[in-house]
Parts: sequence; C-alpha cells; structure tokens
Amino acid sequence: MPIVLLRVDERLIHGQVTVGWGTHLHPDRIVVVDDELAHSPWEQELYGLGLPPTIETAFEDVATARTHIADWRAAPARTIVLTRDIATMRRLAEGGMLRGDEVNIGGIHYAPGRDAVLPYVYLSEEERRELGRLAEEGVDITARDLPGSRKVELQELLGGKHRRQ
Amino acid sequence: MSEPQPPIGIVIAHGTLAEGLVDAVRQISGIEPGVLIPLSNRGLSPDAVVEAVEHAAAGRPVVVFTDMLGGSCTYAARRFAHARPDIIVVGGVNLPMLLDFVLHRALPPAELLERLLTRGRPSVCYAPGAVERREATGG
Repeated sequence: MPIVLLRVDERLIHGQVTVGWGTHLHPDRIVVVDDELAHSPWEQELYGLGLPPTIETAFEDVATARTHIADWRAAPARTIVLTRDIATMRRLAEGGMLRGDEVNIGGIHYAPGRDAVLPYVYLSEEERRELGRLAEEGVDITARDLPGSRKVELQELLGGKHRRQ
Repeated sequence: MSEPQPPIGIVIAHGTLAEGLVDAVRQISGIEPGVLIPLSNRGLSPDAVVEAVEHAAAGRPVVVFTDMLGGSCTYAARRFAHARPDIIVVGGVNLPMLLDFVLHRALPPAELLERLLTRGRPSVCYAPGAVERREATGG
C-alpha cells in the first residue's frame, strides 16, 4: 500500500493525526522525518505516548528517509509521513521524489514573522517561498487540518493574508 | 527551616477543557486563585505551549495535568518536565482528581501522586444506579 498521507504539521504525532486522520486512513506506520528528532530518543518516546500498539513509528533524518520512500510505497503497511516544517518536506521531495503526490499542510502555528492564512496555518515570507519550491518539485499542495475540513488550494494559501484569529 | 511550598496545578488540554475543569473545581471547592491554572494548546506551536507552561509555573513546584496521554499537551508537559525532573505530569485528568489535588496538594510528592492516581482512576466507571432505575421504570 502506498504512502497514505504526507503532512506538514508542527505538532507531528498528535490527536488530529492519530484520531482525526488515523480513523479515516487506518495507518499501520507513522514516519516522522526530522533531522533533530531522529537523534533524540527521549523525544521519540514522548511522541509515541498514547499511540495504539498497532501503529508502528519511525523517526528518520531526511537523507535516510529519501532512501526509504520507494520501500514505503511498495510495502503493505499504510504509511503516514510527517514533517514539522515545509523546508523539511521540500528537502524530502527534492529531485522529484514526491512527484505527483499530494502534500497536506496540516498545522503551522503563530510565531513572530508569520502571517495568518488559515486558523491553523501561519506563514512567513520564507515559508511561502518554500511552498513555491515544493510545488516546483511536482507536488500537489493543499491545506486541511482534518479529513472533513475544506481543502484549501495552494493559490489561496499563497495569496491569502488574514488577521490573526 | 521553612515548610516546603505546596505545588500549584497546571491543567493543559485541548479546546476549552482546562478552563472548564478549573472553573468546575472553583465552583465545588472554592479554591483560591492561582492554585490551578488552565491552559489551552489551541493555536499554539509546540514550543509556544512549552513556553506557556514555563510561564505559568514561574519556577514554583508544579503538578501538570494533561487531558490525554498522547498528543501535544502531554508532549509539552513532558518536555517541560525534562528540564525540571521535580515536576509531576499526570495524563488523563478528570474532575475528581483535580478536586483531590486542591485539597491534598501539601502532601509529599510521591504520596500526592499515588493519591491522585488512586482517586482519579476509579471515577471512570460504570454507573449501575442509572441503569437499575431505568429498568425499574421500564424506560
């Protein structure tokens, strides 16, 4: 079974992913791609808290993850791939590795320098540029926090600036 | 030698749950302000949630209550506790547990933790009385 969800979410493994998307997609495996977390066992343990034992987790740096993408697509396990920021997803996608796939922008929260685009998406200028670069890798980008939410297309993400909610 | 300062409680949860729980404790027990501090993770990045917990704790002894074991609230609490091993983090908070906390927070930490778990767990239970009444009335 292929990768069932590629998602950018600062909170990585949390309720929206395990409950909201999990009950919809029935994943067997969640892979967090993050250079820092890949080398932090205690934080990996935190992210695994509360996950049902039927869901396997893995934490990989970008370089390792890129060597595994083909395996994830070919394996029977239904895999969710998470990054905490757009830049990491773009690095994962470089060279057309995710061409034709859909990347879900699920949660990037307020921080200084970011403007509100959606209640769950705030973007800095650099992050807007990263979205453009990610799109140039042949990836279809949409934002949606939960499966039942409205799907927001890239053009709306790049064009919309709203007041912080 | 002065008595050790009893811990405050920080309740961190999704949505408005923490605020509601703390409000319910206030209504029932009449606690003094500042003994229980509610926090929501709504709209906050993981780092911002940790900062909010740190700010609320302000260096004091703390028991952090979170709404469920997995997820961003517990993650933030555990990250906070990683830097302060004296902090107690309890997942799956409920109202009886919080009520017990405000009444007994001066207990030694290990005893307090044991008490919170002992009092909180049985409150999640089957309530047979309601069913018996329904059966008796044919409802």
